[in-house]
Amino acid sequence: MSEDQSFMLDGRRVPFQDGQTVMTAALAAGIYIPHLCFNPEFAPHGSCRVCLVKVNGRVQAACATPAASGQIVQNETGELREIRRGILQMLFVEGNHVCPACEKSGACQLQAVAYYVGMLAPHYTHFYPRRPVDASHPEAVIDFNRCILCELCVRASRDVDGKNIFAVQGRGIQAHLVVNTTSGKLGATDFSLADKAAQVCPTGAILTKHRGYEIPIGQRLYDRKPISVVGDVATVAESKGGRRHE
Amino acid sequence: MAESDILTQTIHEIVQRHGGAPTRLLQILRDVQDRLTWLSPETMDRVAEELDLSPIKVRGVAEFYSFLYTAPRGSYDVLFSDNITDRMLGNRELLHYLCDRLGVHVGETRADGRVTVGTTSCTGMCDQGPAALVNGHALTRLDKPRLDRIVELVNRQTPLTEWPREFFEVASNIRRADILLGRHFADGAALRAVLKRRPEAILEEMVKSGLRGQGGAGFKSAAKWISCRNAPGEEKYVVCNADEGEPGTFKDRVLMQDFADLVFEGMTLCGRVIGARQGFVYLRGEYRYLLPSLQAHLQRRREVGLLGSDILGEPGFDFDIDIHLGAGAYVCGEESALIESLEGKHGVPRIRPPFPTTHGYLNQPTVVNNVETFAAAAKIAVEGGAWFASRGTAESKGTKLLSLSGDCERPGIYEYPFGVTVRRVLEDCGARDAQGIQMAGPAGHMISARQFDRRICFEDLATGGSFMVFSHRRDILDGVRNFAHFFVHESCGFCTPCRVGTSLLRDLVTKVHTGHGTRYDLEEMRKLGRIMQVACHCGLGQTAPNPVLDSLDQFPEAWERRLRSTAFEPAFDLDAALEQARQLTGRSDPDAYLREEELMLGAMP
Amino acid sequence: MSEPKVKIATCSLAGCFGCHMSLLDLDERLFDLAERVELDRSPLTDIKELSDCDLGLIEGGVCNAENVHVLMEFRARCKILVAIGACALNGGVPAMRNQFDLKDCLEESYLRGIGLVNPQIPNDPEIPLLLDQVHPLHEVVKIDYFLPGCPPSADAIWTFVNQLLSDQPLALPYTQIHYD
Repeated sequence: MSEDQSFMLDGRRVPFQDGQTVMTAALAAGIYIPHLCFNPEFAPHGSCRVCLVKVNGRVQAACATPAASGQIVQNETGELREIRRGILQMLFVEGNHVCPACEKSGACQLQAVAYYVGMLAPHYTHFYPRRPVDASHPEAVIDFNRCILCELCVRASRDVDGKNIFAVQGRGIQAHLVVNTTSGKLGATDFSLADKAAQVCPTGAILTKHRGYEIPIGQRLYDRKPISVVGDVATVAESKGGRRHE
Repeated sequence: MAESDILTQTIHEIVQRHGGAPTRLLQILRDVQDRLTWLSPETMDRVAEELDLSPIKVRGVAEFYSFLYTAPRGSYDVLFSDNITDRMLGNRELLHYLCDRLGVHVGETRADGRVTVGTTSCTGMCDQGPAALVNGHALTRLDKPRLDRIVELVNRQTPLTEWPREFFEVASNIRRADILLGRHFADGAALRAVLKRRPEAILEEMVKSGLRGQGGAGFKSAAKWISCRNAPGEEKYVVCNADEGEPGTFKDRVLMQDFADLVFEGMTLCGRVIGARQGFVYLRGEYRYLLPSLQAHLQRRREVGLLGSDILGEPGFDFDIDIHLGAGAYVCGEESALIESLEGKHGVPRIRPPFPTTHGYLNQPTVVNNVETFAAAAKIAVEGGAWFASRGTAESKGTKLLSLSGDCERPGIYEYPFGVTVRRVLEDCGARDAQGIQMAGPAGHMISARQFDRRICFEDLATGGSFMVFSHRRDILDGVRNFAHFFVHESCGFCTPCRVGTSLLRDLVTKVHTGHGTRYDLEEMRKLGRIMQVACHCGLGQTAPNPVLDSLDQFPEAWERRLRSTAFEPAFDLDAALEQARQLTGRSDPDAYLREEELMLGAMP
Repeated sequence: MSEPKVKIATCSLAGCFGCHMSLLDLDERLFDLAERVELDRSPLTDIKELSDCDLGLIEGGVCNAENVHVLMEFRARCKILVAIGACALNGGVPAMRNQFDLKDCLEESYLRGIGLVNPQIPNDPEIPLLLDQVHPLHEVVKIDYFLPGCPPSADAIWTFVNQLLSDQPLALPYTQIHYD
């Protein structure tokens, strides 16, 4: 019965099963829809809005749209590419993303998705927010300048690690990631590199200490092939034994 | 008792009063703050302990709502309503006057800790502004003599209960009544009807009536009730959305003030129809002055058997209503954000589907309707669907309450059958010189005189009821800029295009409004606005660019006359960006300035 | 008779000259380029006065009053203006000082620094006055094209310049787009 269910995506028939979204069905069919806050291991969040597709003519987040028979989905269109690029540009000006000074560069999903949607420059006026770096933990460092509020670490720590270390606080443009201790410091938590929360950050906001720039430019995760071919950094790192920088 | 013990005791008592329920977190924090004037980290941690919640969750909620303070605040907390209609009535001058008299800066607390003066989004007193809140209580019709009195009261530390009653008088200003406001309603009539005719028959009348969501979205109310009634669930809930946050609208305030029984009756009716035993009114924080009278109404209804157990003597007809008070978050008017807030969380809209009718409060089937919708439903149950549908247009049955404010002689509440023209409304309220109307609030549409023959109905101009008139002596862009600030303040921050886009848009609007923009900036605003309209997670972000986009279409001259003739202007004031360095170096030589006339600004090929 | 040469000007504002180094990395392709273009004002020519040009390539962000003047002049004199490299596009590493007040930056460098003799904040009129923040080029003038990279590779510059000079649509291969 479920084998009969399918929708059309950019002219291709995509089968799906009950409970799948447009995103998960497309992913299973090997079709890439750019995304940041989505990770197949977690419930959809729908906040980054990068995975916008047109479903029956309406712009919707692929990760949060249940797949339904007969849907006509558009993914790779000029219009959507422009919207996605606009959203990426907003993320880049909202934080402080200094790629040349970031250890995650080359294996950063934010960067890779930006390449994918053809972003050459951030376009908008920069906010240059003043955000701290938290190096209090012996093994990991949090650079809040690079946080894009995808809440993957929040979800991973709460739902997988059972530690509830992270949260987003504040409203609107004041929204920011916080660490669940009185001091607000990661060093005061039981965070560990083995945590799921240490594996899921799509940017360089949560990094392993004492290593960096290990892989030469030209050989890094997204140096040669686009993310649509390589896959998400969190997924790839998992299959290679949990090393996040590869 | 040591100070910390008193704190613990106070918090313990408040939490117990709320049954120790985490869903009451927002209410608990409100009550705690009422006692302590602000929520210190220690206070929040105690609340978390008492409720067995993680401290980060309590802080997250406290930081989300504008009326919860995580920094010390004056014992008198004065917030001026800063809607464009308040501005038209001169609120800025009054704000600065009060600050001068009190010796305090806007947004700051006086050194003696006695008073804080700031601003807040529209408080829903647009027909009797300039308005403000003092410790959450509505002040209306402010003027300098009244502020002089307030200065005295503050400096003498007179308790609010001893302030002159007339400061807090809120008029209803019903200027035109039709079937909803005009006809007498006998308490209990709708409940007798549902007992006599059974829920199915009432639903049929609802279908016949064609009633649509009066908050402005216009979803068929009967369809909502039927969906919820048919949805499987252990419990079902009825929620009345009285979070009337759209600037310029205040009709729900008047309904709750003068027609509370009608609204409660509509909710109880809904409870009977869908099989719910619990209802909630989500009342916006700005309307807390209504709380005592609403509680009294609820109590009276319980006493006469219109609420509680075995309503009207019918075994098993149990329904009661609880009132939740918001705390300054416009986004909670969005029904799924409202439900989150009801559950004691910060108000971020949920992913939909699933919709509240199947997965609402505590994931149970829930009907969320606007105040006016419940009032209309109660009347329909008594008078019949055909009676209601005899008014209005093909797709918009019945009547609509409009909240008139701005440049008109008779601001207030006007009830019209759907289909009334804008022109007719303007004539009735005495708006002789209207240049444009902000219809349905900042999230709605701005229309110019060319469109005054349009009709107010879902087929043409849909509205939740806000109707702000701009006369020819107003600068439309003052309104646009005010609204752009409003959306920055009210964005919940969950999704990228709203969180970032509202700020980008505000900066562009400000740039042009202050005479630093070019045609390039107008095009930038259009592009950004179009992205936000389709990309945002909820209606707030999707409608946030409306004032900009509409005014660009409807009032191009208002923008054009602000433009510079150059092709491009910097995003920031170049010379001002040197000021810090000038001060640090003490330089005043010619090269220490970036004077516009010396720059090759705009010298484009 | 050969076609008139395309006139190009280049400069480095708040940058490290790395993008210019990358330009030199064109190596033997420079001969090819020299056939088609004439360099006007550029650190490579030491011409100080900018004349009307077809193309301006600017590296670095805007950190001081002089940067503003130079950028404005380039905008006025170049038909097409290109921002090259991370600093020109988003401020780059120099913009990391935007995390601090200018006062703190200057005091740290000139008053509190180690080994300072006669510590004072320089105030000679010869020295360009600093802006309170470093900005990318597009926040000051209209930029026609952006070429990312820190620096963009010689290959990326070559692709870009060739496409631009031959009026082709700009399309860099995947490996030539990077932000670092």
